[in-house]
Amino acid sequence: MLAIEGLTRRFGAKAAVSNVTLEIEPGAFVGVIGRSGAGKSTLLRLINRLVDPSEGRIVCDGVDVTALSGQALRHWRADCAMIFQQFNLVGRLDVLTNVLTGRLAKVSTTRSVLRLWSDEDKARGLAALDMLDMASFAAQRADSLSGGQQQRVAIARALVQEPKILLADEPIASLDPRNTKVVMDALQRINKELGITILCNLHSLDLARAYCDRLVGMADGRVVFQGRGFDLTDDVARELYGLEAGDVMEDAHGVGAETRMAASA
Amino acid sequence: MVRPVFLVQPGAAPLSSFSPNPQRIDALKGAYADAIAARRNRMILGILVFALVIVTSGWMAEVNLAKLAARIGNFTSYIERLAFLDNGAFVLTDIREWYWGITHWMRLLIETLMIAYVGTIVGAVLGFALCFPAARNLTRSALEMAVVRRFLEFCRTVPEIVFALIFVVAFGLGPLPGVLAIAIHTTGALGKLFSEVVENIDMKPVDGIVASGGNRVQVIRFAVVPQVLSNFFSYTLLRFEINVRGAAIMGFVGAGGIGQDLLESVRKFYYSDVSAILILLIVTVFVIDMATERARHALIGREAH
Repeated sequence: MLAIEGLTRRFGAKAAVSNVTLEIEPGAFVGVIGRSGAGKSTLLRLINRLVDPSEGRIVCDGVDVTALSGQALRHWRADCAMIFQQFNLVGRLDVLTNVLTGRLAKVSTTRSVLRLWSDEDKARGLAALDMLDMASFAAQRADSLSGGQQQRVAIARALVQEPKILLADEPIASLDPRNTKVVMDALQRINKELGITILCNLHSLDLARAYCDRLVGMADGRVVFQGRGFDLTDDVARELYGLEAGDVMEDAHGVGAETRMAASA
Repeated sequence: MVRPVFLVQPGAAPLSSFSPNPQRIDALKGAYADAIAARRNRMILGILVFALVIVTSGWMAEVNLAKLAARIGNFTSYIERLAFLDNGAFVLTDIREWYWGITHWMRLLIETLMIAYVGTIVGAVLGFALCFPAARNLTRSALEMAVVRRFLEFCRTVPEIVFALIFVVAFGLGPLPGVLAIAIHTTGALGKLFSEVVENIDMKPVDGIVASGGNRVQVIRFAVVPQVLSNFFSYTLLRFEINVRGAAIMGFVGAGGIGQDLLESVRKFYYSDVSAILILLIVTVFVIDMATERARHALIGREAH
């Protein structure tokens, strides 16, 4: 169980995340929705501790994550893998090395710096790539791949961390409709088959309704909605997105239609 | 808020049928002339200040044009004497006599290159180690960054010949003080350049590695070094080029290399020896410049892909 208690993060005078309290049950696929700047990214970065909170706590299975430091903090980060909108791979390293950086918290500094990966780790990395149909690219430089391929490599990196939770920060915002479906389907498989909890920031309501068990709506750093997809009425959407609501819905329907077409093709 | 000014209101008559108000045009002309005059006055003031600074600095540095003109002949006659052997023959007529000390000089020349080479490598390694705490985006604390940056500044602001002088006193004559002096100066120069390269990296891979649980060393190894390595090599080669020139004068203070023989020949008026050594040095520096430039362009070329 991941419990977020009164979490606040201020940048200067502005609170990006303001007094957020949430409970995420193990094995859930939770979608975090809201307009740009609502605090979705900061919330995920707070959970991974890429950003430190100004107030509040994050507790996972009885451990106060916000108090961790050093080795314990790095192990927590490995436990809650993160994937990013811009993939955040190292472009000049090959695909398998990028995946193996997911093992860094569990490998000694000396061995990792000399890139002495164990056979077991390499097998783990290749298996993760294979699960995402990317094993044949193992020796290629990451920056030679398309966006959708890079995101799948990033997911493989997350998988070799053997995480309890996967934080996905707008994972499909830089992708075309076909790759959107490939990546969202991969996340769904990871959730259903491996039982990894997923917390996924999404802009599109349609995708959030299609893939997530539960939705959390954020506006101005606050949680303003919690519920299932069908609870999300047009009125709530308007509250979340303000004047953008029409755009988002239309956009979401458009993307949905294209993904369906791509899937049937 | 600045409002756009329409000479012609939208929907008004076309410009050709527009009859200007003479008063308004005069006002506009006046404003334009004022703006131009102000700009011209600023320019004249700038030129005056520039001229004043030149005259002052020339006066303080005792630049004496009359003296330069009166004694220019000494300089040209010195150059002329460089071209003749002690027996009065033109140097090219007896190359064997001109380069009588070639084995000795070549040994010293190689020593000079080695001083530059070892100094550059030691400096590059230390600069590499110090560039990460000196980079704004990777430093652990403002204090650490300030301390490392001041240290690097100290290393590169003291001229290497001064370091060499001090080290000759401490360690005695020979190449060791030369290597140390060049290594310290190179640490300061490359540490600064490397840290600027690091400050320009894409931070997204850094986030990626940190989020996966990498520690500081692992972040540098996997997210930073792949982005900066070719630039680091390029700067190190450039520095080697500079250090070869620096090592050539280390001998002036007894810190090894060919400089000592060059200085001795100048002091003792062995004109043909001076020209022989100078030409050896010029050719060497020339060859090294071309080789490192070619290597650096190859690196940059690989970057483009």
